[in-house]
Amino acid sequence: MMLALEMYRSPAKYLAAKAVRGRIPGMLTGPAAPLRLVTINEPKAERDGWARIRPILSGICGSDLGMVTGSTKLYFSAVVSLPFVPGHEIVGELLDDCEDLPRGTRVVMDSVLTCAARGVEPCDGCSSGNTNRCDRITVGHVAPGLQTGFCQDTGGGWGNLLVAHRSQLYAVPDGMSDERAVLVEPLAGAVHAALRANVQPGQSVLVSGAGAVGLFATLALRELTQAGRITVVAKHAKQRELARAFGASDVVAPDEVFRGVRRSTGAFRLKPEFGAPEFLLGGVDVAVDAVGSKDSIDTVLRVTKAGGRVVLSGMPAGGADLSPVWFRELEVTGTYASARQEPNGLPAFETALELAGRAPLDGIVGARYPLYRWREALDHAHSAGRLGTVKVAFDVRAS
Amino acid sequence: MSRPGFVLEVDDRTPPLLVHNGEGFLLERFPQGTRVVYPPEALPAVRDVDEAIQNALLNPIDSEPLPELLRAGMRLTIAFDDISLPLPPMKKPDIRQRVIEAVLELAAQAGVDDVELISANALHRRLTPNELREIVGERVFRSFFPDGKLYNFDAEDTANLTHLGLTRHGEDVEISKRAAESDLLVYVNVNLVAMDGGHKSTSIGLASYKSLKHHHNSHTMIHSRSFMDHKASKMHHSAWRMGEVLTQHVKVFQIETTLNNDIFGGPLEFLQKREWEWSIKDQASMLGTKRALAAAPAKLRHKIFTDVRSNYGLTGINAGAIEPVHEKTIEAVHRQHLVEVQGQSDVAIMGVPFVGPYNVNSVMNPILAACMGLGYYFNSYRGNPVVRKDGAVILYHPVDYEFSQLHHPSYVDFFEEVLAESTDPATIEAKFEKQYAEDPWYIHLYRTSYAYHGVHPFYMWYWISHALDHCGDIVWVGGNRRTVERMGFRSASTLQDALEMVSHSVGRSPSITYLHNPPHLLADVR
Repeated sequence: MMLALEMYRSPAKYLAAKAVRGRIPGMLTGPAAPLRLVTINEPKAERDGWARIRPILSGICGSDLGMVTGSTKLYFSAVVSLPFVPGHEIVGELLDDCEDLPRGTRVVMDSVLTCAARGVEPCDGCSSGNTNRCDRITVGHVAPGLQTGFCQDTGGGWGNLLVAHRSQLYAVPDGMSDERAVLVEPLAGAVHAALRANVQPGQSVLVSGAGAVGLFATLALRELTQAGRITVVAKHAKQRELARAFGASDVVAPDEVFRGVRRSTGAFRLKPEFGAPEFLLGGVDVAVDAVGSKDSIDTVLRVTKAGGRVVLSGMPAGGADLSPVWFRELEVTGTYASARQEPNGLPAFETALELAGRAPLDGIVGARYPLYRWREALDHAHSAGRLGTVKVAFDVRAS
Repeated sequence: MSRPGFVLEVDDRTPPLLVHNGEGFLLERFPQGTRVVYPPEALPAVRDVDEAIQNALLNPIDSEPLPELLRAGMRLTIAFDDISLPLPPMKKPDIRQRVIEAVLELAAQAGVDDVELISANALHRRLTPNELREIVGERVFRSFFPDGKLYNFDAEDTANLTHLGLTRHGEDVEISKRAAESDLLVYVNVNLVAMDGGHKSTSIGLASYKSLKHHHNSHTMIHSRSFMDHKASKMHHSAWRMGEVLTQHVKVFQIETTLNNDIFGGPLEFLQKREWEWSIKDQASMLGTKRALAAAPAKLRHKIFTDVRSNYGLTGINAGAIEPVHEKTIEAVHRQHLVEVQGQSDVAIMGVPFVGPYNVNSVMNPILAACMGLGYYFNSYRGNPVVRKDGAVILYHPVDYEFSQLHHPSYVDFFEEVLAESTDPATIEAKFEKQYAEDPWYIHLYRTSYAYHGVHPFYMWYWISHALDHCGDIVWVGGNRRTVERMGFRSASTLQDALEMVSHSVGRSPSITYLHNPPHLLADVR
């Protein structure tokens, strides 16, 4: 038996959370949350290539908060299996030998449950190395689940034990701290986003949002591409400071985006009638939405130059006005998780591990909570930007 | 008879003194011993203005009379000072209207039919049709505007600029093509302060950025001592060099007018009187106006001040060759504005009023407030600044975070982007000026809307570079803390606090001079 936080089926709570959303944050981590701290059976690692992992640190991701707050679309209900233990940003210790990785190895995990993990023939996505596009995430010998942390059979990082397949695991270099290692999964996502953004040398980029996704995307764009000016939209002082440390050329407040981008790109700024939101003729070559809100997506669509590229890196909430996509012939692309074979020929995790070793990431994990203080942890994560924190994590061993 | 300006020393019988404070004013009790420099009262105005104009046109200095310069078939261009002068705008008829009408009458008599009128606004915003009408009058406006013969100068219309050559210092002289190719360019000037007129009229008013950048830069501005003394101002030296080149190519007939200090009339007349001479009626007006302004909503207050029109009387008009005409002008301006001040002081105090050259019919944003106080008023001296080197300047203005997106779009970006990085004029010039000057959106707004050119806020900032270099402390009384700090200054709630704040550099018993303007004065510091 083990202690874990469990996400369970509760349509009433889902609806309640959806109704309350950000208005009464306390409710989201209180009575309205379809989440509970329970003692449950440990997941089993009975098939070849699977091993048990004891999480050390497990991060709280925006998608985890989305589930708790009911902002995740029902679209995803077909690719999860309830109840499940959330948590897919982990650094943990192998409790079993796992093929070439001996017991005791510290590992990080690519959470996507691909064909290899499910024991089925590789789909087109997996065989081409685009493992994040796997089409078999609901079949095989593992319950449906797009990732570990959304699957009933595997457990997740918010519990004392989980199981993972060798294809998901990457050994952590000896010198790397747990605090850095726990950031490898979101960094891999940022690596993937930066490479998907296909930024050409000297092109201007806007990153909307300076939470973990936006900051890591900024870091990856600066490190992996020859982007010219990178403008980051940041709301809070600490975010502004970190955005600059991670390579932003300019940092603008959310209400200064149009002015800032117009200035830096020499675009024309137009204001439609009747209070409709303004937009630019001209603008950045590439915009990365790292928030997912309607406002943020509307903004990036409106400040990207004609023929430019918009990368949706935050989970979209929907409702955005797509007029600019049509009028400005924008190329809109999504980025989800990360791939085993990125455009640079490497698994995103390898690049992310290398980045995690040298990037200025000290202090990024700003708070650690034991599992039993999950309400405080989620409250903190919900207000992380305002509180000057980038990443909140569960200290699972202290639980 | 008018009385000259004079210097009062505050003693225990001195009443509280009026200080301009944006769209309002307050009564301040200054420390005993404070020197108060009052502007001279208005000089008597020329009685028959039309006769004076005719006399100037027919008896010019170092030039043939205007009728002799006019002939049928010639190309005549009349350029005139834009809305930035005079301040506040004058009651109708504007002196420019009267001069232009006189010139046009002579042109008509000579059979000249190719005439164009250009507002010499350089990189200032375009004037609206109504603003043009207010300057040139209804008759001229109706005759020329509909046919496109009365228009604003467009410094970005490259097809209509002419490069006349380089000065001996290698400065580009590029002006309006129409003016450059005219058989005669008549310039109609309004000289409110000693900075205006002379070669500054054509060489700056009709010039492009390519030309202006040679003197509108931090190096030149910091070495101009002061702008009000064209012989000691590097900016004017450059304009004079450009004038030499210009006049080799273009025949210029310069008409310069000077105005008296009769600015505030009617219920605001008390603003230009000395406080201890206020009558019961003045005191009642002051109290009533002060309370009404305090109670009025911001929009109404703004409208009240925007609608102020001054009486101004003409004190002189001279026409002919630029330089001798300008010398006469300077004499007249000095007669009106000079006040002898003995020695510098540790602290200079100035109230920044509601209007400056660049916010007519608009709002005075923080950059313009700084420029008005530290650019214009600080530089209102001859000889030496009123405040000693490393002394302190204390200014009054609310310095609200308020910008006109119509008139000053690049100012907002300048304030948010440029000043956030540096307030050093040379640094921002090197890093940002070109980008702003060539920004296509600002150029678009300058050409098609009513926006100041993208580079204009830089010029405003360079304007204050002499004060920044000279002063040890600059404190705003009642200034919005955020905006004041963004500009690198400090704000204080009261004069006493401000004096406390500057005491580390000027001591606890500093000598203080309060420049009591407007009306305008020029401190002749000896």
